[in-house]
Amino acid sequence: MKPVNAVITEVVEETPTIRTFFFETSFNPEPGQFVMVWIRGVDEIPMALSYDNAITVQKVGPATSALFELGIGDSIGIRGPLGKGFDIRPGHILLVAGGVGAAPLAPFAEKAKTEGIKITTLLGAKTKEELIFKKRFEKAGDVLIATDDGSEGIHGYVTQLIDNNESYSQIYCCGPEIMMKKVLDKVPSSKSQFSLHRYIKCGIGICGACCVDGLRVCMDGPVFSGDVLKKSEFGIYSRNECGERVKLK
Amino acid sequence: MLSLKLTGILLKNPLMLAAGIMGTTGGSMKRIAQAGAGALVTKSIGMEPKSGHSNPSMVEVECGYLNAMGLPNPSYKNFQQEIDIAKEGGVPVIASIFGGCALDFSEIAGAIHVDAFELNVSCPHAHGYGAEIGTDPTLVEDITHAVKNTVDVPVWVKLTPNVTNIKSIGLAAQNGGADAVVAINTVRAMAIDIESGYPILGNKFGGLSGRAIKPVAVKCVYDLYEALDIPVIGVGGISDWKDAVEFIMAGAQAVEIGSAIGNNINIFKDISSGMEAFLLRKGWTLEDLYGMAHQI
Repeated sequence: MKPVNAVITEVVEETPTIRTFFFETSFNPEPGQFVMVWIRGVDEIPMALSYDNAITVQKVGPATSALFELGIGDSIGIRGPLGKGFDIRPGHILLVAGGVGAAPLAPFAEKAKTEGIKITTLLGAKTKEELIFKKRFEKAGDVLIATDDGSEGIHGYVTQLIDNNESYSQIYCCGPEIMMKKVLDKVPSSKSQFSLHRYIKCGIGICGACCVDGLRVCMDGPVFSGDVLKKSEFGIYSRNECGERVKLK
Repeated sequence: MLSLKLTGILLKNPLMLAAGIMGTTGGSMKRIAQAGAGALVTKSIGMEPKSGHSNPSMVEVECGYLNAMGLPNPSYKNFQQEIDIAKEGGVPVIASIFGGCALDFSEIAGAIHVDAFELNVSCPHAHGYGAEIGTDPTLVEDITHAVKNTVDVPVWVKLTPNVTNIKSIGLAAQNGGADAVVAINTVRAMAIDIESGYPILGNKFGGLSGRAIKPVAVKCVYDLYEALDIPVIGVGGISDWKDAVEFIMAGAQAVEIGSAIGNNINIFKDISSGMEAFLLRKGWTLEDLYGMAHQI
C-alpha cells in the first residue's frame, strides 16, 4: 500500500520525552502490529500503535525530533498496520514493559481485559516521570512498578520484579532488547512473546534489512515467541542501516 | 526433473533468489535456501559500508513495488561471514557486487569466496554506480573483463532495461568474457503523494519491480537469447510457476525471483512443484521449454 494521509487531531505529552500523536484515521490493528510513519521530507520509521488511531513516540533522533515539531492539523504518511501482533491466550497473563515499550502492550492489556483474561503488568522506566500508560494498565489489572532511580516502585530494573513466573499462562514483553533478553532468560520460553525493534526499510517482508537471522521482524514479527528467539541472534547483536552487525550493550 | 547446469554450476532447480531480496544476512539467505531456492544471489556488496537512501525506500504501488534502497551494504570486508552462513543452506551462493570502476569490481571479487559473481551494472538510482555504468557498453566490457581476469568462477552481468538497445549491452558483457547475463534490473519509476506533492521515495525516484515489469523482462530475455551465445538468466516480476515457464520459453536458462517473496516465502517450493506438474502434464522436459518461443 502507498502511505495514507493521517491528520493529527491531538498530541498528548506523556512524559518529558514521550508524546502520543492521535490521528483522525483509525487503523484497526491487532495489538502489537506497527505502522511505517513517514515524516515527509525527513524519513520513514517503524512505530507501534498505542491506540487504534495513535502512535506513542520517544524523541531519540532526527525523524522523531521532526515529528515532535508537528501539531494538530499537520499530517504524516502512514503505511500499515503491518506485521503480526501478540497472540492472545487465556488464563492469567504477565506483561513486562520497559520505557516506551509499554506502547504496544497498553492496547493489548485493554483487549485482553475485554476477553476476561486476568492481567498483571510489570512497568519499568528510568524515573517516575518517564512511566507511561500506568493508568491504562491499572484499569486492566494489577501493576507493579520499577524505576532506575527508585522514584517510584522498586529501585531497580523491571526484570527484578519477575517472580513466580511458572504460574502465568503467557508472558508478553516489550522494551529495550537487553531487558527483553533478561526476561527471556528468566521465563519459560515456550510461554513468552516478545515485540522486537529493528531498523526497518521496506516493512513488507521483501528487502531483508530487518532480519534477525532468517526472521523478518517486519513480516514474521514484530512479535515472536520466546522459543523462536532462543535459537537466534536476539539479544546478542542487531544490524545497522548498512547491515553490519552491531553488538548489543 | 528440474536440475540443470548453469555456467558450469549444478542447480537442483532453475529458481534463484534475486539480488537485493533477503540477501543481507547469512540467516535470511539460509532460510531461502531451506525454502527451496536452487541458488542464492546476495545483496549487492560494495567497497565500503553504505547506509543507502533515506526512507521511504520501498513502497507497494498499483502494479508492483517501487524501491530506491540505495545499495545499503556492510562492504565486502564484513560479508564473507554472511556468505559462509548462507552456504550452510546447501545451494550455490552468487555474490552480487557493485563498484564505481573496474578496479573496485576486481578488488571486491578478488576478496570474496563464492560460487559465482553477478555484476550489478544496472541499479537505476545510485549515483556513480549501477546503471550509470551499465548503459555504457565500453565500461560494461571493461568491468566484465577485469573481473574475469581476477576470479576463476563464473561471472554473470545483470543488465538494466533502461537503455534503447539492451542487446548492445549484452554483447558488451559477452565480449568482456561474461559467462551469462541476467535480465532485467528494475525499471526507472516514481510515485508522488498527492496529499502533499512529495515524491514518496526518499530518493524521489527509484526502480519498479513486480508484476508490471514481467512483459518488459520477457521481451528483453527474448531479444538477448537471439543476440547472444552465452546463457540468459531471466528476472522481473515472477510470481508463480507460469511466469517462470514463460521466461524459460523466452530463452532464460534459469530465473531469479524477488519481490514476490514478500507475500510468499515458500514461493520456490510452490513454483518447483507447479513446474514439475506442468512438465508431467505436457510430457516435456525442462530442456524442451528452453527457448521454445523461438522455435515456433
